[in-house]
Amino acid sequence: MTAPIISLKDIDVTFTPKGKTIHAVQDVSIDVQKGDIYGIVGYSGAGKSTLVRTVNLLQEPTSGSVTINGETFFSKTDNGATQKIKGKELKEKRRKIGMIFQHFNLLNERTVEENVLFALENNKEKEKIKKEKVAELLELVDLSDRAKQYPSQLSGGQKQRVAIARALANDPEILISDEATSALDPKTTRQILDLLKKLNKEYGLTVLLITHEMEAVKAIADKVAVMQNGRVLEKGSTLDIFTKPQAELTKEFIATATNQDQAIQAITDSETVKNLPADQTFAELKYTGNSTNKPLITSLYEQFGVVANILYGNIEVLQGTEVGSLLVILSSEKDNLDDALAFLASQNVSVNILKGAQA
Amino acid sequence: MSTWFSETFPNVVYQGWGGDTGWGTAIFQTLFMTFWSAVFGGLLGLIFGVGLVVTGPKGITPNKTLFWILDKIVSVFRAVPFVILLAFIAPFTKALVGTQIGINAALVPLSLGVFPFYARQIQVALSEVDSGIVEAAQAVGASFSQIVFGVYIKEGRSEIIRVSTVTLISLIGLTAMAGAIGAGGIGNMAVAYGYNRFANDTTLFATLIVLIMVLIVQVTGDWLARKYNHK
Ligand SMILES: Nc1ncnc2c1ncn2[C@@H]1O[C@H](COP(=O)(O)OP(=O)(O)OP(=O)(O)O)[C@@H](O)[C@H]1O
Ligand SMILES: [Mg+2]
Repeated sequence: MTAPIISLKDIDVTFTPKGKTIHAVQDVSIDVQKGDIYGIVGYSGAGKSTLVRTVNLLQEPTSGSVTINGETFFSKTDNGATQKIKGKELKEKRRKIGMIFQHFNLLNERTVEENVLFALENNKEKEKIKKEKVAELLELVDLSDRAKQYPSQLSGGQKQRVAIARALANDPEILISDEATSALDPKTTRQILDLLKKLNKEYGLTVLLITHEMEAVKAIADKVAVMQNGRVLEKGSTLDIFTKPQAELTKEFIATATNQDQAIQAITDSETVKNLPADQTFAELKYTGNSTNKPLITSLYEQFGVVANILYGNIEVLQGTEVGSLLVILSSEKDNLDDALAFLASQNVSVNILKGAQA
Repeated sequence: MSTWFSETFPNVVYQGWGGDTGWGTAIFQTLFMTFWSAVFGGLLGLIFGVGLVVTGPKGITPNKTLFWILDKIVSVFRAVPFVILLAFIAPFTKALVGTQIGINAALVPLSLGVFPFYARQIQVALSEVDSGIVEAAQAVGASFSQIVFGVYIKEGRSEIIRVSTVTLISLIGLTAMAGAIGAGGIGNMAVAYGYNRFANDTTLFATLIVLIMVLIVQVTGDWLARKYNHK
C-alpha cells in the first residue's frame, strides 16, 4: 500500500467557549488513500466538520498531526513542540485542497464566472488564460450558459455545481465535501454525487465525503468512518461496514439507508408470519458477492427438500459487489432443516432466524 | 410671483444668495462640511469597523488586545456629546489645521464625531456577511486583503451603502451645530439669522433646504443599496 494522501493521527480538537470544555474531536486517526472516496458519517454535532476542517487547517487541532501527501501540515504532541505551516505557504497549500459546503457559500455579489475566478485571483497566469480555465470548469459542471448570472438566480443543485467548479479551479488533488448534498432533494443529490464520482474516476480526485446520509456513502464511497461524540466508532471498506456493521449506530444508519427495517417490521407484523405453522421457519438470509449467482433457493429444494417462500428481497451493488437480503419462510418436508441451514452457512449466507422452529 | 415671495419671505430675500450671509454660501458650507467630514470620518470609521470585525472573536485574525483597544476608542468617542467634543478637542484642532474656528476647523470635530457612529454601523454591517462565505474564501487560499475587500466589503456592499446613508444624514445634522465655532452652514443660518432674530421665514426656509438634502441622500442611498444587492 502506498503512503496515504491524507493522514490524520490522534487528532484532538477542544473548544473552550466561556470556560466550558467541548471535546469536538477525540483521538481520531484516519488514513485516506489517493483516489479514494472516503465517507465520514455521523449525526449533527458528531464532530465531522471540525475534523475535516483540520485537513486544510481551517481548524487547528489541539493535538495530533495532519500530513498531506507526505508533508506535515501540523504536528503537536501532548507535551512536545508545535510544528505547522502558516502564512503564504498555508494559503498555497490550501489551494490544492478544494472544499464544498452544505450551504454552497458562493459570493452573492459575484456572477457565476466571477465566483470561479475568485479562486484564481492569486494565480499569476494571464487574464485570458484564467478566463479560459473558468470556461472549461463551467463546461465541466455543465453551467456554461449560466456564466453571467448571479447565485440567487440558480437552483440549489446549480449553486453546488458552481461551488464545485470554484473548488476545482486550482487543480486540487483533494476535495472535501462537507454535507454538500444535505440541502438538496434526492434527485439533485444523486446528480451531485454522480459528478463527484466522475471527478474521482476521470481525474483521480480524492474525495472526503462528509454526510449524515448513509445513502450517499452507499452510492459512491469506497471507505467509510462512522463518527459519534467526536470519536470514530468504526471504519473500513463500505462493503464491510454495510455487510458486517459492528456498532449500534452504524446499524441504525444502514437501516435508514436501505429502509430494510421497515420492510422487516411490516412483514413480521403480517398475518402470514403471525399465524406461522409450528413446522415453518421465518428467517432472514444475507449474502455478499459470489454466492449471489448460485441458485440457492433451487439447491435448498433439490438437496434438502426445503421450500423457501420469498416474502421480501433486496439486492444492492456496493463497490461493484452484490449484497443481497431475503426474507423467507422455510418449510421442510423431511425433518432436515438443520442440514439446510448448515449448507447455507457453507455458502457464506448468514441466516438470522426471526421466528419458528429453531428460533 | 416674485412679489408674493418677497412679501411672504422678506427675511429670506434679505439674506440674499451670495456674500458671507447668503443662502448660496450657507448651502456650500454645509455641503463642504458634510462632504469632507464624510470622507475623513468615513475612512476612519471604515478602518475601525473593519478592524473590529477582523480582530473580533469570530474574525479572520482574532486579536483580543487590538479588538479591546479599537472597541474602547469607539465607545469613548461615541459617549461624548458632539458640542462638548467640539470644545474639548479645540487645542487638537488648532494643532492640526492652525485655527480653532471656521469651516476648516469644523472638519476635525465633525470627522471625529461621526467616525465612531459609522464604525459601529460598519461593524454590524460586516458581521452580517455569512461566515460560510468567508470560510469558503479561506479554503481557496484567499489573502487577508482579498477577504477584506473581496469578501467583507464586496459582499456587505449593499448594507454598507445603507448604513452610510444613515450616517450621512446624521452628519448633515451635526454640521448644523458647527455654527457654534463659526463654520456657517444652513444650520447656522436657521439659528443665527432665523431663530435669534425672530425671522421665522428664514428658519422655515433653512429647514426646507435641509429636508431636501436629506431626502436626496436617502433616495440615492436606497437606490444604490438596491442596485448593489444580488442576494
Ligand atoms: N468554533 C466552535 N466553538 C465552540 N464549539 C464548537 C465550535 N465548532 C464546533 N463546535 C462544537 O463541536 C461539536 C462538533 O461540531 P461539528 O460542527 O464538527 O459537528 P458536525 O458533525 O459537523 O455536525 P453537523 O452535521 O451539524 O454539521 C459540536 O458540539 C459543536 O457545538
Ligand atoms: Mg458539520
